[in-house]
Amino acid sequence: MGEISLTELEARAAASGIDLSLIDIDSIKLPPGDDFGVISDDEDIYQEEQMDFDYGLGNTIVVDNLPVVPKEKFDKLEGVINKIYSQIGVIKEDGLWMPVDPGTQKTLGYCFIEYNTPQEAELAKEKTNGYKLDRAHVFAVNMIEDFNRFMKVPDEWAPPEIRPYVPGENLQHWLTDEKARDQFVIRAGSDTEVFWNDARHMKPDPVYKRAYWTESFVQWSPLGTYLATVHRQGAAVWGGSSAFNRLMRYAHPQVKLIDFSPGEKYLVTYSSHEPSNPRDANRVVINIFDVRTGKVMRDFKGSADEFSIGGAGGVAGVSWPVFRWGGGKDDKYFAKIGKNMISVYETESFSLVDKKSLKAENVLDFIWSPTDPIFALYVPELGGGNQPARVSLIQIPGKEELRQKNLFSVSDCKMYWQSNGDYLAVKVDRYTKTKKSTYTGFELFRIKERDIPIEVLELDNKNDKIIAFAWEPKGHRFAVVHGDSPRPDVSFYSMRSAHNTGRVSKLTTLKGKQANALFWSPSGHYLIIAGLKGFNGQLEFYNVDELETMATAEHFMATDIEWDPTGRYVATSVTSVHHDMENGFNIWSFNGKLLYRTLKDHFFQFLWRPRPPSFLSPEKEEEIAKNLKKYSKKYEAEDQDVSLQLSEQDREKRRMLKDEWEKWVNQWKVLHEEEKLQRQALRDGEASDEEEEYEAKEVEVEELLDVSEEILSFEYGQE
Amino acid sequence: MRPILMKGHERPLTFLKYNREGDLLVSCAKDHNPTVWFADNGERLGTYRGHNGAVWCCDVSRDSMLLITASADQSVKLWNVQTGAQLYTFSFNSPARSVDFSVGDKLAVITTDPFMGVTSAINVKSIADDPSQQSGESVLTITGPTGRINRAVWGPLNKTIISAGEDSVIRIWDSETGKLLKESNPEVGHKKQITSLTKSADGSHFLTGSLDKSAKLWDTRTLTLIKTYATERPVNAVAMSPLLDHVVLGGGQDASSVTTTDHRAGKFEAKFYNKILQEEIGGVKGHFGPINALAFNPDGKSFSSGGEDGYVRLHHFDPDYFSIKI
Repeated sequence: MGEISLTELEARAAASGIDLSLIDIDSIKLPPGDDFGVISDDEDIYQEEQMDFDYGLGNTIVVDNLPVVPKEKFDKLEGVINKIYSQIGVIKEDGLWMPVDPGTQKTLGYCFIEYNTPQEAELAKEKTNGYKLDRAHVFAVNMIEDFNRFMKVPDEWAPPEIRPYVPGENLQHWLTDEKARDQFVIRAGSDTEVFWNDARHMKPDPVYKRAYWTESFVQWSPLGTYLATVHRQGAAVWGGSSAFNRLMRYAHPQVKLIDFSPGEKYLVTYSSHEPSNPRDANRVVINIFDVRTGKVMRDFKGSADEFSIGGAGGVAGVSWPVFRWGGGKDDKYFAKIGKNMISVYETESFSLVDKKSLKAENVLDFIWSPTDPIFALYVPELGGGNQPARVSLIQIPGKEELRQKNLFSVSDCKMYWQSNGDYLAVKVDRYTKTKKSTYTGFELFRIKERDIPIEVLELDNKNDKIIAFAWEPKGHRFAVVHGDSPRPDVSFYSMRSAHNTGRVSKLTTLKGKQANALFWSPSGHYLIIAGLKGFNGQLEFYNVDELETMATAEHFMATDIEWDPTGRYVATSVTSVHHDMENGFNIWSFNGKLLYRTLKDHFFQFLWRPRPPSFLSPEKEEEIAKNLKKYSKKYEAEDQDVSLQLSEQDREKRRMLKDEWEKWVNQWKVLHEEEKLQRQALRDGEASDEEEEYEAKEVEVEELLDVSEEILSFEYGQE
Repeated sequence: MRPILMKGHERPLTFLKYNREGDLLVSCAKDHNPTVWFADNGERLGTYRGHNGAVWCCDVSRDSMLLITASADQSVKLWNVQTGAQLYTFSFNSPARSVDFSVGDKLAVITTDPFMGVTSAINVKSIADDPSQQSGESVLTITGPTGRINRAVWGPLNKTIISAGEDSVIRIWDSETGKLLKESNPEVGHKKQITSLTKSADGSHFLTGSLDKSAKLWDTRTLTLIKTYATERPVNAVAMSPLLDHVVLGGGQDASSVTTTDHRAGKFEAKFYNKILQEEIGGVKGHFGPINALAFNPDGKSFSSGGEDGYVRLHHFDPDYFSIKI
């Protein structure tokens, strides 16, 4: 039934002898789902919604290079095609159409297939393009929409328009802050805000604020140049000198996760889509974009199973990041783990190194060195212990095995690289003889030394559970939390001992700490021993050079700790993911002095803006450290100025508040006095007003005759 | 400053009130018996028996002869403070939430809750000098605000009534005509339910506490916002020192979620703020439940707090409290 206009309605009513004015329109109840062709006022909304399901021709593919068959063989060919393509997705009813030449009654060698969804069509195109039916017939599959696009290509080549050069904004502007402050971004409620950490003024200094900036989270690029936001249509990066302007968009519908390459040249985006057949695994789409141009350099599509080997394959279906970047800040290689192999790609051509993946039977995990094109991989024990577990170091692009270590009766391995790629620690959990329990040891690789010597380290009590492990950034030390909750021990080790640089030595053990996490300062030397979550946010600021505690503190219920990139300040935060109250963050100095605290309801994220690595050579840095006094004088003077200015401001503010208050009080006094008589009348003439009586009381004299203190036994059970 | 722990109530405290001389303290609780204590040593003098529901609020007349109590049993009762005798009962058709005597004690303002289709209301009753002449007639009834009205008090010279409650708006009414005179500015006002309201000693300004984790100080005559005190917890109770420029805020997380977290998470502290600078100056711990009631002794030298834990804690200040300098 079609749409009818009001005039038609009136005409029809007149025709059937109904007086429209007598009918109460509201009393008419239509059967649900039937509008009798009358479009409701909000129909346009429905139509908009339905648009999502109207794919146009996006769900239709064209299969070319089919055999040309006479009429008798038509049904057979159709059956074959139907069989091939209905395996991939649900073909619409009458969705397969193979045109026939009306003259010869032969097929034309192509057909159209319409699927229920574009995703299925795309999958079919990918899977069967190049499918060999027989030697003479290799399928060429295209989306019908692509045909339309190709048809539009003009015959004449026109030179592309050269756009005039527009100088870009200085994306590193924030590094030139006169006060050398660092920035951070927070997300609370629907707002995302960027602040300077103004530690001197003990407060955050706002830079930029925007509501609904992102639909799920924000992320800085590894060198701090960009802030990435995530939206339904894709990801975007923001930056610039004055405000945060959008620099580039990366279209990727329903993007869920993003990851930058360490040199922030590339951005990897990930989405996962419900399959049309609920028994299938989710479809995964991964795009790798060039950050600056926004071009897709390579895309990967497939079922979630293909991308979730090795890692546990968490809730999202894969362990993120799927592609791990290697070779340091040059962004030269990225790799993913697959079944019995590791696929290493290089970014020059975005194809596999040597055109093939690295075979590694049953490989479970791999991890790149943070600086060099070397990765460590772990293969578990096989054949019930006949084949030992193995940790190997592989160099790319040659794929040479630099070092290998076989390990016996292993239950699990975890690998930790030191930040300069100098050392690799492998935490090995081994079964005891009875196989009933496990104990832990470490295998320590010295990557930069000849032949990569390996040293075995066992804790003093090798039955201790390892709760946390952390390398000193840029350093040679590491810290371990081990033992039993709730009071584990914390031990410090150095890869050098006093007279032998090639031997690991224990520095000290701190007994019975309420700790479950370790946070080294990015410049080393200092460490926070933290008891997060279950331990209510206990913090111990520890100086590893002197082996002494600088301060202990508590940020009640703290869930996250992050050092600023310079190692001067630390942020501890309580995010609403874990805990609904106390939401907010505290900023501390490196030695444990609380500088300021901010409370925010629905607090989700706190992220320091990273800094690019320093241009100073290690020698220069050492020199500065040596002559620190000389350099710091200037800053100390500045600090003093600021603190003077602050206290001056503070005094001024207080004076103002006091004056203002004084004004109110005087006004009230006058009014109170004016109303005195009326008040007396209300009290039946009782003359007293409160104040006078108190004056009488104040005359009372109290005299202290004697003070004696006595310890009483604890009786009342209070407190 | 070792507090005096006053055990006597079996249910959470709801309200505390000192008499004008500051020698007596009346406490109300969800058990049915308002109790009177010596404000000096915390000794219990007696209880007022007769209510059949939680008692939400009370007030004592200037001469400390008359006590008025508001209860969830849909009644407001007048008592003889000294003998504990019940003098009169005002009956309502919904629970009574708050009471306040006017200057001169000839009028009382009573608020009643929305209940079974009855909307909330502010009732003004006249109080007879001789209880035998007391009548239950309302002099004035004001309705209008939606939701519960948690507190209504008299303005200067009984000319106005100030009310605050669930809709987070503070209103000033004409006490003669019942006309709405002023409403608090929603821009600067509370964002969530106002739980408590207390006047300064001279009635020139008042302090409101709200579940939006703040307390605000207002001018009684103009309803101008003067100060805001931000805390980390919903505020259930507020008090102002009559002696120093201090305000005390009490509260804590919602009673229903208390048991789910560590006791420190609750922040069941009475927090002291500098009234002028709006800065926190200290806290008094002790309750193991949210603080529901706070009151300052009129001499400013002690204060008491009542908690969800059923205890009243009476604190006499140490000498160094009076020399706090900021």
